[in-house]
Amino acid sequence: MEDGYAIEAHNLTKKFGDLVAVSSVNLEIKDGEIFGLLGPNGAGKTTLIHMLSTILPLTSGTAKVAGSNVSEDPDDVRKAIGIVFQEPSLDNRLTGRENLDFHGRMYGMAKEQRDERVKKVLEIVGLTNRANVLVQNYSGGMKRRLEMARGLMHRPKILFLDEPTLGLDTQTRRIIWEHIRMLNEVEKVTIILTTHYIEEADYLCNRVAIIDYGKIVALDKPDELKNRLRGDVVSINISNPEKYLAIFRKSKLVKKAKIVDGILHLQVISGERAIPKLIGLANKHGGQVHTVSLSRPTLEDVFIHYTGRAIREEAASDQSRARRIATAHGMR
Amino acid sequence: MAAGQVIYTLWLREMKWLVRAKSRLVASVVQPFLWLAIIGIGMNSTVTIPGSPISYLQFMAPGIVGMTLIFSSTMAGVSVLWDKQFGFMKEILVAPVPRIQIMLGKAIGGMTTSILQGLLLLLAAAAIGIRPSGVIELLQILVFMVLISLTFVSIGLAFASRMEDPVAFPIVMNFLIMPLYFLSGALFMPNMAPGWLSFLAHLDPLMYGVDGIRGAILGSSYAQYPMWLDLAVIGVFAVAMILLGGYLFKKIKA
Repeated sequence: MEDGYAIEAHNLTKKFGDLVAVSSVNLEIKDGEIFGLLGPNGAGKTTLIHMLSTILPLTSGTAKVAGSNVSEDPDDVRKAIGIVFQEPSLDNRLTGRENLDFHGRMYGMAKEQRDERVKKVLEIVGLTNRANVLVQNYSGGMKRRLEMARGLMHRPKILFLDEPTLGLDTQTRRIIWEHIRMLNEVEKVTIILTTHYIEEADYLCNRVAIIDYGKIVALDKPDELKNRLRGDVVSINISNPEKYLAIFRKSKLVKKAKIVDGILHLQVISGERAIPKLIGLANKHGGQVHTVSLSRPTLEDVFIHYTGRAIREEAASDQSRARRIATAHGMR
Repeated sequence: MAAGQVIYTLWLREMKWLVRAKSRLVASVVQPFLWLAIIGIGMNSTVTIPGSPISYLQFMAPGIVGMTLIFSSTMAGVSVLWDKQFGFMKEILVAPVPRIQIMLGKAIGGMTTSILQGLLLLLAAAAIGIRPSGVIELLQILVFMVLISLTFVSIGLAFASRMEDPVAFPIVMNFLIMPLYFLSGALFMPNMAPGWLSFLAHLDPLMYGVDGIRGAILGSSYAQYPMWLDLAVIGVFAVAMILLGGYLFKKIKA
């Protein structure tokens, strides 16, 4: 990897029948980066990393991973990468140490090498004192950490983490984040993670690619992405937002306006100064403003800016649907 | 060397499972004795072979060995389905190793369990006076047991490679095993059965295995075919099924 790139992908495309899951993606990831693929469920993140890790064949395009071509030298790629899948993939009936040892053997490591490495990776993820416990007795967070340790066993150059904190509580998520940072520093391993948690991408990643409908719609450092929006976002809760969307769009103050979840999101240069004027404008047209809030742009705003919707839209509607069903069945 | 390590790794895991699953271990040990006691001794009290110096129990003992082997061997495939269910199959499949080695590791793991059961059954049979006359005969029996087991472990693995549901697997396998067992000559001499039945029996790999074991235990005059022929046929089946299983393992998606 003299060129300093862990991943070089050109026009990467994956089709499942008529469905285009990943569409002409170009991607260059540098050695040593923590790189995030941020997108909602079904955006094509997992398909993308499955192609990069040789699990799925490419429909078209080329990809070099750790200097080897994924289509021509899949075994070389596999030796150079570690993968932590979205779904659990541990043997619950073996101990933590046995799971790691199994992995080391499968990757052709000799006994002394394995023993030394098991000790090291257990230290990195803080599981040394649970090494001889059966995995079925691990908590969700511990299992996740063991999987990360396992991914590191054979000293890969690149570690893929598919939704590393999915389904974990906030506290556990923080712990996992610290471990991810640490293994990036200690092991000098390039990390490519997928996530649909904005905070995760923001907190962990050196660079983030926002992926939607199989396409990369924006790619930069999290701060740069936020700066690209150049300005603050004023969110106004107002009756009949569609009417005021049209009105605000005509105002010179407002650079961009959108309705998300029934709330008007207005992009303005200086929020504090703009708010009184915006409310005045609404009042002039007979509008009743219920609440106003001001925010510096977050990665979530960046996401909304590029995709036109909030990332957790689907999850939220699922939840409300579940609630409706629960109510209908008299469970509340 | 490297191939050996992969196969050994997978085998070792199956062995750890076997030893840790106490209920499974106990069932595996007790089952052969039960079968010999209930089927063999039970049938022996009602059935005799006309004009033959051997008892029906002696005739049937090799068949019960075959039965033990075919059942435990094919069912070994279920471990693949549990691995798929718990996601561990992905961990195995993304390792940079040829799939045939993965299939062989699973096959030899399943075979070991099944051979252990077969050996226990031989011990039980020996305890009631049915035993091979010498070491050579014992080795002949072992060779047949290995070949029967490899054949049916591979068939089980071939099915498992295409299936997802670990609950459906034993049901599908029973559907296949039962006719194969009844046709195998474990219960009757195929050559003495009506033509169509005899024909079907000759398509059954287990028939050659049971015939070979019978010849080794009771003497060649009680077998239908010379031992080399039984050996050749079951050997060809074993190799063919391993290749089929290896081929289908290549197609499993991670």
